[in-house]
Parts: sequence; structure tokens; C-alpha cells
Amino acid sequence: MKNYLVSVMTAVCAAASPAAADTVFDSGKLLATGGVSQIEGAGGAGLSTWSVITGYGSRNGVGANAHYSYLDLPDFTFETVGFAAGLFDRVELSYARQYFDTGETGVVLGLGEGFEFGQDVFGAKVRLFGDAVYDQDRWYPQVAAGIQYKDAEQEAVLAAVGADDDSGVDYYLSATKLYLRHSLLLSGTVRATQANQFGLLGFDEDYSAQFDGSAVMLLSRRWAVGADYRTKPDNLAFADEEDAAAAYLVFFPNKGVSLTLAGVDLGEVANQGGQAGVYFSLQVGF
Amino acid sequence: MTALAALLLAAGAAQAADATLYEDLGGADAVERIAHGAIDRSVADPRIGHTFENSNVDRVKRLLTEQICDLTGGPCEYSGQTMEASHKGLALDTADFNALVENLQDAMDEEGVGFRTQNRLLAILAPMHRDVVTE
Ligand code: HEM
Repeated sequence: MKNYLVSVMTAVCAAASPAAADTVFDSGKLLATGGVSQIEGAGGAGLSTWSVITGYGSRNGVGANAHYSYLDLPDFTFETVGFAAGLFDRVELSYARQYFDTGETGVVLGLGEGFEFGQDVFGAKVRLFGDAVYDQDRWYPQVAAGIQYKDAEQEAVLAAVGADDDSGVDYYLSATKLYLRHSLLLSGTVRATQANQFGLLGFDEDYSAQFDGSAVMLLSRRWAVGADYRTKPDNLAFADEEDAAAAYLVFFPNKGVSLTLAGVDLGEVANQGGQAGVYFSLQVGF
Repeated sequence: MTALAALLLAAGAAQAADATLYEDLGGADAVERIAHGAIDRSVADPRIGHTFENSNVDRVKRLLTEQICDLTGGPCEYSGQTMEASHKGLALDTADFNALVENLQDAMDEEGVGFRTQNRLLAILAPMHRDVVTE
């Protein structure tokens, strides 16, 4: 599965090269303005969902990208592979597949070595109003509404740890604004979710309102630094769940590629203590 | 409350004493080189060069210089047409607009204008997207 996805990424990369201005694949946005891929596959930063539509398609064009992310935690590894398309700077469709590998910790948890949690995340986002980049003379941000349908694996284990369900839907409202005068981007999202640890540990029957946000400083056309914060519910009785945070450096060598290097702290996971580690993400597209 | 008022006053004074963006861009000669550089690059740019085919390029250069000077606090008054009127017939889209922005960034790079200062100018120009882009 993973190999297959990586080869599709290569295909997206190849398809990106002939993207010329006079086709619908116009790569018409400014460098970096599509953001990168967040952990559930939507356009945003690592942990946080933004209201920008992913990819470099302008309002007359279509953009698409693929990404691979790797987070190395003390007791787990967390990988994501995904694809997303931005249609006419209005609609974003995304798919991400997450793999949460328990490695040797699987033995400690009584699940067996290399036990893997995983889920599929199907996302859709619609820009409602505002323009994060061009509306520099208006106070209000670009606002988008989105949903993420999450379908987790390992039903039996999820039920055993106390989750009510193995699938769920997140609804979010996101506001993002570039303060170009200050070379600063701010974004905030309110998310209604049932998900335990993003959904990897299943879903509660009740929704709670959670927040995620980003602050990003543009250093040059190709480099940006930023930080994310994301609150998470704490539904399961067997283990505490804490908020997540990240600090990152992003490199945009051109519109075809972005590279993110981050420190990510997911807080406590499955009673194994704080899980903080190094995160790497590659996005290719147009 | 009084402390807040004093702080606001002090901030206002600091603002007034700040150099204008015009000065930060490098003053008259630099602004002229930046405007000319942006247009020269755009005329030579395969993405958008064709839009200038039936235009008086020297006039565009002169008026863009004047406009940037005016908008950044320099001693000029823009005497050209509105952005809507002057770009109406050109059928420009967002990709065209951004091509010109990239050329302007390159011209400012060549002039040695820092990234953050460049963005202060782009922040003033960005809303013109509404009037310039019709497609
Ligand atoms: C913020 C962006 C822009 C600014 C500030 C700007 C500024 C100007 C100015 C001051 C003029 C002269 C107006 C007059 O003749 O009275 C002008 C004309 C012109 N601009 Fe722009 N412009 C912008 C975007 C663009 C773009 C994106 C293109 C093409 C890709 C473009 C192509 C032209 C052309 C071809 C003319 C001459 C039109 C004619 O012959 O009447 N401009 N522009």
C-alpha cells in the first residue's frame, strides 16, 4: 500500500511539470500561498487546518498535490500519505491514509510487536468568503468550512479501549489571513470532533469543540517558520489525551515541491508518556 | 487608562518619525529602477509579454513609478487612469497578476530591497487584484 502511494506521488510530480499557464493547471498562485499538507491531508500546516485551498490553481485553475509525512516518536512512528486537489480556489478534496505503528511498544500494550493503528481520512473544504492573500485592505480573513470523514481500523481494539465507534466525522470552520505588511500569517480553526487521538483510537458518541491554530512568519519567498497548537478531546478512560503542538521550518524551492521539518509534541499517548519527536513532510504537486 | 493613552501617543509619535516606505525602498531613483525593472521583465516574460503589445510601454513605466511613489509616501501625485480603466480591455487573470508580482519582486531583489520591505509594498498593491483582474 505504502509503496503504491509513493509511486502515485511520483506520477503527480511528473504530471506537474507540463503545467503551463494556458491550461486549467495554471499554477497561478504565488509561491507558498497554498500552504502545506496537514496531518489529515487538508491544506494547512502540520497540525492545523487552514481556510486556503490547497495547491497552486488560481480561481481559474485546478491544482493538486501528494504528500508523505513521517513523525518519529519515542514509542511510536506516525506516517501519513495523501493526495489533495484544489478546484478553482473554491473547493478542496483530500484523502489521507495514516499509519500509527506501535513497534516494540505493541508488546507493552499487549497488542503484539508492530501492531498498527490506521485510518482513512476523506476531506472536503469550501471557501466561503474573503481572500487571505489579496484582501490586504480588509480586516476579515478568508473563511472556509470543511468536513473530514474518518474511518479507523482495528475495530476490536478500539472497542476494547472504550471507543464508541470506529468512524466519525469532523466539522470545522477555519479562518486564515496573511498580514503581508508584517510578513505574518495567522490561522485559527474551530473543530467539532468525536475523534480520540485524531481518530486513530476511535470515536466518542459525543462531539466536543476543539481549536487548532497557526502563526507563521515568512522569512523569504522560499522559507517560512511557524508554530501550531491543537487541542484534542480527552474521552477515553484508559489513558489521558493531551493537546498537541508543533514548531516548523518550511522550504518552498519552487511550486512543485515543499519540505517541512518540525518538532511535534502530541502529548501523552496510550499511557506511554509524552510523545514528542521530529517530523518531516514532503509535498509535490502543482 | 492614562498610561494607555501615553503609550498610544508614544506609538503614534514613533510611527511619524519612521521612515516612509518610499525611503525604505531607496527613494526616487530606486523606485524608478524598480518600476522600470518590473515592466521590462514583464514585457520580456513569455507568460504576460503579449499583453503589452499594443501599449505605450514608456508611459506605463512612467506612471507605475509615479504611482508607487505616491502610494508609499513619496513626493508624487499619480496622474494616470484608474486601475480598473487602464486594465479593462486586457482580460487579465490571477496568474497574469501574480506573474507581474513575481517580476516586481525580482526587480526589488535586484535593487537590494529586503523581503519584509518588499511585502509592505505588495500589501498596498494586492487589493488592486480586484480592479486589475477581470477573468
Ligand atoms: C498591482 C498591479 C498593477 C499595477 C499597480 C499596475 C499599474 C499600471 C499603471 C499605473 C498603468 C498606466 C495607467 C495609464 O495608462 O494611465 C498600467 C497600464 C498597463 N498595465 Fe498595469 N498594473 C498592474 C497590473 C498589471 C498586470 C498584471 C498586467 C499584465 C499582466 C498589466 C499590464 C498593463 C498594460 C498592458 C498597461 C497599458 C494599458 C494601455 O495600453 O492602456 N498591469 N498599469
